[in-house]
Amino acid sequence: MTPRKRRRLIAIAVFSPPLLWTLLFMIVPYAIMFTYSFYTRQYPTFVPDFQFGNYATIFMKEQYFQVILRTLKIATLVGFLSLMFAYPLAFFLVFKVESQKVRTILYTAVIAPLWVSYLLRAYTWKTILGSEGVLNSFLVWVGILDQPTDLFLYNQFSMVVTLTYIFIPFTVMPIYTALEKIPRNLVEASQDLGLGPVRTFIKVIFPLSLPGVLAGMTFTFCLTAGDFIAPFLVGGPDGSMVASVIQSQFGSSLNWPLGSALSMVMLAIILTIISISDRLERAGHIDLD
Amino acid sequence: MSIQTSGSINSALPARKPKIDWSRYSLGTAAAAVMAFLYGPIIVLIIFSFNDNQVTTLPLRGFTWRWYEKMLANEQMLEAISNSLYVASSATILAVIIGIPTAFVLDRYGFYGKTLFRRLILMPITLPGIITGISMLNFFRVIDFGLSLETVIIGHTTALIGIVVTQVFARLQRFNRRLEEASSDLGATPWKTFRYITYPNIRTAVIGSSLLTFTLSFDEIPVTFFLTGRDNTLPMYIYSTLRRGITPEINAVGTVIILVSLVLIIMSVILLGNPKSDSTSR
Repeated sequence: MTPRKRRRLIAIAVFSPPLLWTLLFMIVPYAIMFTYSFYTRQYPTFVPDFQFGNYATIFMKEQYFQVILRTLKIATLVGFLSLMFAYPLAFFLVFKVESQKVRTILYTAVIAPLWVSYLLRAYTWKTILGSEGVLNSFLVWVGILDQPTDLFLYNQFSMVVTLTYIFIPFTVMPIYTALEKIPRNLVEASQDLGLGPVRTFIKVIFPLSLPGVLAGMTFTFCLTAGDFIAPFLVGGPDGSMVASVIQSQFGSSLNWPLGSALSMVMLAIILTIISISDRLERAGHIDLD
Repeated sequence: MSIQTSGSINSALPARKPKIDWSRYSLGTAAAAVMAFLYGPIIVLIIFSFNDNQVTTLPLRGFTWRWYEKMLANEQMLEAISNSLYVASSATILAVIIGIPTAFVLDRYGFYGKTLFRRLILMPITLPGIITGISMLNFFRVIDFGLSLETVIIGHTTALIGIVVTQVFARLQRFNRRLEEASSDLGATPWKTFRYITYPNIRTAVIGSSLLTFTLSFDEIPVTFFLTGRDNTLPMYIYSTLRRGITPEINAVGTVIILVSLVLIIMSVILLGNPKSDSTSR
């Protein structure tokens, strides 16, 4: 075998598994989902068609449009709150913990919950916030409340608390990476030029950490927007989100075309957010090397 | 690189004037509070798995192994656990088989549509699982393929390949390819070069990302929800029992899952976060 032929064979062997997999299990399924979104429902199944009725339903019918708005609101709120919790933590780890070893251990401790069962992390808030839950029984026990309240669970408050809790580590990760990349001599230069710690933070550190902030918020926003587990566990009637509605279209409501159309809308929203955040990051990019 | 050198110069400088650093204390308090927020609920879950009470209320009523005994006697749950082990290990093996060549393609070849290909294969990391799940559910319906644990495996692989790809790709970028050239100049076949030169350098990345993939697949719900047939994985079993209400038995299973995942996660962080260990040991 000539070296050239051999190189070509190797290239084919390396290329074909990923190419076949993405084609078969990503491109084709997305294309099918797109096609289904134009089909017409004929209970209990559906027939091929090309009409925009499903999309019209989503944007014209109050109930669906409200859910989309609510999803965007909750996702934005969770994105901001996670940032509020994650930033000080990442900042502390990078700038205030001197020992590299301690820093790595603490950082590992922060991101470890990220990989621990999503379901269980949401579930434990159900046991904490419920009317027979930990928080209620504690408040009654110490005498703050006369009797348990059901104000904590099954509303948007419990949704936001649970999702923020889940996504804090996700937000810490990119911010930590961004802060760690900032050369310390820039910070010292700013201080030597007479800027106090607060102004050094505002003028030097924060702008340089923006890519991390953007990445963290984008991640959190997208994953919150597509979640149906937290709504199921702690959401209640006014806590349902787009993903819960999609889920029911493929389950009890048996309306696959509408569910596919909703998925396409969600996909479009998420891809838009990702590309905006990409563009913002590139626009504000400062080369440190 | 430049960042690291500047860091070491800084640390060689004499310390600045000693002054009480109030920002350190306030930030430290904030950081401690966030850490407490992150671990509090997990600790609550663990404590109540040992509490001798049907409901999760305070005050605590005393220690019991009852919920763990119940868990071990629950055959449906044990079956779900074995299903989950089967799914997670198959998905991990597939993700590695597909993920390593993908990382090589991204590292070494330039071709038309490369950016698109990279975005596509990494997309499921940012995309909510429900979209992966639904698109594949539609796909399996079109080709008339019955849902089973195998369809779940394909779904998990698709959703998790990105994890293997990003980690192995990052390692390949740091790898000195002259070593491969030297190996082939010395007459080694491409396979031998891969086996004895390239693979040892990416090994910890492969093992670390497999551990992560395994943990994530073991806990996965959104994709599983749409792709499973009559068999339940463990998270799906828990999900369906939660419909009926909460029992401390869930806390017991949860505690086991959390402890096992924490061990796997810490192992994978050590393997992934220590890139120098394998190149210097050789």
